[in-house]
Amino acid sequence: MVDFSNWQMPLQYPTGINQEHMAVRSNVGLFDVSHMGQLRIIGNQATEFLQYNTLNDPTSLKVGRGQYSMIPNQRGGLVDDIYLYRDKLDNYLMIPNAGNTAKVKNQLKLQAEKYDCHVVDETETWALLALQGPGSAVLLDRFVEDDLTMLRKNSYVETTLSGCPARLARTGYTGEDGFEIFCRPTDAYIIWSLLTEAGATPCGLGARDTLRLEAGFPLFGNEFTGDTNPLCTSYAWVVKDKPFYGRKAMWETKCLKVLRGIKLHRRGIARHGYRILKNDQEIGEVTSGTISPMTRESIALGWVETEHSNDGTSLAIEIRGQLVDATITTPPFF
Amino acid sequence: MDFPEDLRYTSTHEWASAAENGVITIGITDFAQDQLGDVVFVELPQLGDQFEQGDPVAVVESVKTASDIYAPTKGTVVEVNSNLEDSPEEINSDPYSRGWIFRLAIDSTNELSDLLDAKAYRLNAVEE
Repeated sequence: MVDFSNWQMPLQYPTGINQEHMAVRSNVGLFDVSHMGQLRIIGNQATEFLQYNTLNDPTSLKVGRGQYSMIPNQRGGLVDDIYLYRDKLDNYLMIPNAGNTAKVKNQLKLQAEKYDCHVVDETETWALLALQGPGSAVLLDRFVEDDLTMLRKNSYVETTLSGCPARLARTGYTGEDGFEIFCRPTDAYIIWSLLTEAGATPCGLGARDTLRLEAGFPLFGNEFTGDTNPLCTSYAWVVKDKPFYGRKAMWETKCLKVLRGIKLHRRGIARHGYRILKNDQEIGEVTSGTISPMTRESIALGWVETEHSNDGTSLAIEIRGQLVDATITTPPFF
Repeated sequence: MDFPEDLRYTSTHEWASAAENGVITIGITDFAQDQLGDVVFVELPQLGDQFEQGDPVAVVESVKTASDIYAPTKGTVVEVNSNLEDSPEEINSDPYSRGWIFRLAIDSTNELSDLLDAKAYRLNAVEE
């Protein structure tokens, strides 16, 4: 067990990170991600408020659906990346990262003073389990009355899971099909037992990280920080051309570096902060790296100078004083 | 957790075999491999490299971290386990046999007798 943003969480179960990872890619795994935040934004002007204070477009979000989005700060950077669900026309549930919930809540509460809406912290009222893998729909379908095959990606349904009220969202952070299961904290253990006894492999933080990295997904704190301009990443599509908090700073910043995927030519691990070089010049830094459990190759994400960022560009990563050859590669890495 | 009686140990979690024709074999202990997690890469020394007792000789890398492996005695590298290039996980599955890392030719067994026996290693280095 490790401390993660003041939550005690398993890094892995006795199965080990590699096996847990492979279980998700080949069948189905289950994560306890109850540390994530939940903020409700509700009121007559909830949509206008979110339109200005998140980067994606909540006006296009239908009731019963969710979208990946981001919270901007004043200086053209990010406070967090989030998921936003529209529960009613003027009632939204936002899922910030565990470590950023307080910052997001404080900024949104302050901004909400200008609108007819308010922000409620619901983190304590929800437990969250993530069931992920190609076998997840078949497994979960046995325990719910609704036909899960009809649930589209990014949609959610409110239903009962073995007698427990639960919201099932077809979302996830692994690059596989899956469901994020919102339930009452008192029901979490029942649902966890039910799903693991039915064949879901318990998975910890270690596998969660290798899965998202193999899929090329950013992690706030590694790839994204308060200084990250999302327009300089492959997630620029999230940022809509509309007025938003901090827009001037973000829109007007030129991208000196962009966030790219990197594949190393030998199996040393590129760790956060390692230098990226081209022709002996430092051109960037690694933000995350690991060995891909699927391919056994050394993979990484990092910022590289824009002129050296095309797919196939050769570079070198400095690992403990040695230069290891690498190539820019667009994720997913498997 | 297993610590064979016929080996000697360091407080930095290396094991060393008894000398055979003046050559000792070195690896890391069951405790060390368990702490590291899945080994993904090993940096081996070059044949002929010479080391004093306590010098860093090799690096064992897991997803968690990279760990230096130190010379338990003074010696010269005469063999390295090149199987570890393709199968670094042998350090996890078989740390005392197929997971051996390098072999040193040594002058005398004086420094070997400085090392911990299995019982002392378990007490000092493992159950701290």
